[in-house]
Amino acid sequence: MGNSALANEAVKSVALTGNEAVATAMRQIHPDVVAAYPITPQTEIVQIFSTFVADGLVQTEFVPVESEHSAMSATVGASAAGARAMTATSANGLALMWEVLYIAAGLRLPIVMPVVNRALSAPINIHCDHSDTMGARDSGWIQLYSENAQEAYDNLIQAVRIAEHPEVNLPVMVMMDGFIISHGMENVFLLSDEEVRKFVGERKPHYTLLDAENPITVGPLDLQDFYFEHRRQQAEAMFNADKVVQEVADEFAKLSGRQYEFFEAYKLDDAEMAIVVIGSTAGTAKYVVNELRAKGVKAGLLKMRMFRPFPAARLREALADIPAVAVMDRADSLAACGGPLFGDLRAALYSASKRPLMNNYIYGLGGRDVTLDHIRTVYQDLEEMLRTGEVKREINYLGVRE
Amino acid sequence: MAVKEKPVAQEVQKPGWKSIPIGGLILRGGTAAEFHTGDWRTEKPIWDGEKCTNCYLCWVYCPDTSILLEDGKVVGVDYDHCKGCGICAAVCPPKVRAIEMVPDRD
Ligand code: SF4
Ligand code: SF4
Repeated sequence: MGNSALANEAVKSVALTGNEAVATAMRQIHPDVVAAYPITPQTEIVQIFSTFVADGLVQTEFVPVESEHSAMSATVGASAAGARAMTATSANGLALMWEVLYIAAGLRLPIVMPVVNRALSAPINIHCDHSDTMGARDSGWIQLYSENAQEAYDNLIQAVRIAEHPEVNLPVMVMMDGFIISHGMENVFLLSDEEVRKFVGERKPHYTLLDAENPITVGPLDLQDFYFEHRRQQAEAMFNADKVVQEVADEFAKLSGRQYEFFEAYKLDDAEMAIVVIGSTAGTAKYVVNELRAKGVKAGLLKMRMFRPFPAARLREALADIPAVAVMDRADSLAACGGPLFGDLRAALYSASKRPLMNNYIYGLGGRDVTLDHIRTVYQDLEEMLRTGEVKREINYLGVRE
Repeated sequence: MAVKEKPVAQEVQKPGWKSIPIGGLILRGGTAAEFHTGDWRTEKPIWDGEKCTNCYLCWVYCPDTSILLEDGKVVGVDYDHCKGCGICAAVCPPKVRAIEMVPDRD
């Protein structure tokens, strides 16, 4: 579809790729500043958004910078000046932003950034896995992952409100799977421009660099006597984010009819075995859950939406009673003890009085296809775990040739 | 070398994370003057008004604006902020040598 249809606010439900849906959300959010650099598979987001700028559909100041380090730096500057500022990236672009990611979070700037997940080099690969954003999990950004284009669109709009909430003031990254979602076309329900404008409102910064009447200093030296206190404030904001993410989701549900939670529990209530997964693979796994349910197997699924802050207590509640749980990581920590989701989830369950048998599957690296058969073998392993009461192998590599 | 010991009570009096501005922001201007970089000094410049010819070289080169002027004349050093780098002594013309660096360790 052409960009003219993307810009037509009368259209409610349209066929869009993930990138088109996210670019549309950005147009409707109408940020003051976007500074970005193209990288596959994120390129289209910025390219489509730049046509919105060129066509006068948004009054956004668009800064075509020379690298991602500059993109995040310019976004930090704009946000500190009081602007609603956004950028977007993928993989090595995110890696190049690394230093400034921590600065954005440490300065408590409510920047919102879509990230299209892609494998990190080397070897060079442009396809999906989560190693880019999983590496940024301790940078102090809130992380929301999306299963499809609809969720990416909805999460991005909610991210603005979460980031700018006075009890949060933290940057938020919104993820979708490279190519699988970013370039796959699906039916997306859009809100009207007016609805989004009202929902996100105007940014009300407490302090801005451009207020000459009330000069402030941003980013001064912070030594042994105060740095720790500022990090403690950041930790507190992450604790607060938990509450705010749900409040914003509930308000968004009233507007859109689509209710979001920290994670989606799919047929989990009476489940004897469950897969925990992030992103587009959840769709494939749900299909297998339905298949197994039709055969009377009590299979379930938990799809993570919010990974940072990590909703540990709620996950404990949702999973502690399930006898066998498989955790699927589309990123390998290369720590020789499993992927990042596996590590955090096991830690969350440690304090439960009853704990599931758990194992870990590293899968889909570099865009390797995840098929129904792959998921079926995971549930077969879970059945065996249930039967034998033993975890045969803790860390598994799913779909790799031996 | 003598070390100035700060009483523990003084540390306790510093505000905690609940009351300080977020993100390390400083909410008013001109606060650099309140930060006494002079505490870092291990040597200090002694300026001799008898020898000084008011060429201003030290004033131009001092990285901490610590050479004090009054009515267009050098009158001394701001020891609260002079961090003792010795640049002023180095740039003072060899024939004048109006600034001498001496140990400052208390
Ligand atoms: S020692 Fe350095 S800081 Fe101190 S007055 Fe001289 S030039 Fe300035
Ligand atoms: S450089 Fe020496 S002579 Fe020149 S103003 Fe400074 S102290 Fe005086």
